[in-house]
Amino acid sequence: MIRIQGLNKYYDGVCAVEDLDLEVPGGQILGLLGPNGAGKTTILRILTGYIRPTTGRIRIGDMDPAEDELAVKARMGYLPESIPLYRTMLVYDFLRYMIRVRNLPLSDPDVRIRELARTFALEPVMHKSVGELSKGYMQRVGLAHAMLPDPEILVLDEPTSGLDPNQILEIRSLIQEVGQQKTVILSTHILSEAEATCDRIVILNEGRTVADGTPREIKSRARQHQSVTLELKRAGPDEARACLEAISGVERVETLNGEDPETLLFRLECSGEEDPRERISNAVKERDWVLLHLSREARSLEHIFKELTLES
Amino acid sequence: MAALTAIWNKEFKDYFLTPIAYMVIAVFLVVVGWFFFSTFFLKNQATLRGFFQLMPVVFAFVVPALTMRLISEEISLGSYELMGTLPVRHSQIVLGKFLACLCFIAAMLLPTLIYGVSVDMVGNLDWGPVLGGYIGALLLGGSYAAIGMLASSLTRNQIIAFITGAAVCFALAYLKQMLFFMPEAIQGIVDYLAVGSHFGNAAQGVLDIRDIIYFLSIVFLGLYATKLVLESKE
Repeated sequence: MIRIQGLNKYYDGVCAVEDLDLEVPGGQILGLLGPNGAGKTTILRILTGYIRPTTGRIRIGDMDPAEDELAVKARMGYLPESIPLYRTMLVYDFLRYMIRVRNLPLSDPDVRIRELARTFALEPVMHKSVGELSKGYMQRVGLAHAMLPDPEILVLDEPTSGLDPNQILEIRSLIQEVGQQKTVILSTHILSEAEATCDRIVILNEGRTVADGTPREIKSRARQHQSVTLELKRAGPDEARACLEAISGVERVETLNGEDPETLLFRLECSGEEDPRERISNAVKERDWVLLHLSREARSLEHIFKELTLES
Repeated sequence: MAALTAIWNKEFKDYFLTPIAYMVIAVFLVVVGWFFFSTFFLKNQATLRGFFQLMPVVFAFVVPALTMRLISEEISLGSYELMGTLPVRHSQIVLGKFLACLCFIAAMLLPTLIYGVSVDMVGNLDWGPVLGGYIGALLLGGSYAAIGMLASSLTRNQIIAFITGAAVCFALAYLKQMLFFMPEAIQGIVDYLAVGSHFGNAAQGVLDIRDIIYFLSIVFLGLYATKLVLESKE
């Protein structure tokens, strides 16, 4: 269990993370989502002990990173965003070096290295220098390094950035596999990735949490907001507007400019999960207007993300 | 301890992965050999004192060239983020890198034993003071390495790290010669801070405990300040 309370981080007076409260139970895959500069990397760096928070409290299990820094770091595996590996080292030497630096109690380090090479399909590049590798292979080496100590908590900063679609699918399935036993915290700005990989999504903007829930909860929140477009004939503009505004669930009526001057085009912003089209259709029928077009557009996760991150 | 030796080992090997290390050794041997032997026969004394007296100035340029990449490269490449999230103390990282540099300085000094052997062939060289001189040179190299590492931790640009480190080392090396321009009130302090006031004895093969304390103090202060700089980046 990771518990973050009242976390703040300022860089030269600029707020990167503001008053963050977060609890991550063990075995959860949590996705931190947000536009660039939302504070995702800062939160991950604080969690991994690379930087210290300005204020706030963090507990990793029963440990406080401020007091048990090394013990907390030993329980974590971290993949930084830019995969800053030692480029002159061979992949094998790099993993071997990390085992030595971490002082991992392995009877045969080569067994663990072979295991990871198999998991991340690194066998063909084990004796190549890190600097010669493609972005995809570098990402895999970074992931293998993060998994090296068999960590309880895996922290991944933009784990699929720069990968091709096939590699993205591979990495996602790896994360899901790992997430069955371990806590995984990853950052991304790709909604579909968070939706496909994570048990829970926290949307951040300017260092603050603007949404928190399972992908389904956030999607249902999206379903609660829908817009309907309709085109009417033989209706007066004011009368039609008043009629539409009176329909239950309709929050806002916007008049659009249609191509045909004899018709009226409206966009209605509606709340609630129920489809409002039946009510609209009945209201139009009662007044003997002609309904030329009626369509509903449920707001996607992208819309919600855009709204949440732009409105603040 | 395992982390420290792993870092030490890696950093020492890294020196030999690029041609820069070999070039530094070659330039060091040529420059020092040239200056030493060009006046050696004029003095007509079988001693390496002249060789050791060159160390404060030559090391002021060579050692910062060895330390300039140690931390600034990690900061600029971002690999320090990786190190900073490993269960390793800053002090272990700093000490591991420092020891690697010190070992490289020792490796660089090793071929200069040939100068001693050459002098011994033409005269009767007393190896006792030579040994003292080498220990002094290592202490001096260590002090400069600590200063160079501090400079390297302050910037992500290796050239700036080199210039800063070399400037400080060069100032320490020449401080004694600058005493004439100093106000009388601070001459005593400046004289104590000058490398020349402490390495002079070592160059003659005399190891005074006060000189050893001086060099070890610089090493400690340099490394401790480097550790603080790294911690301040958190």
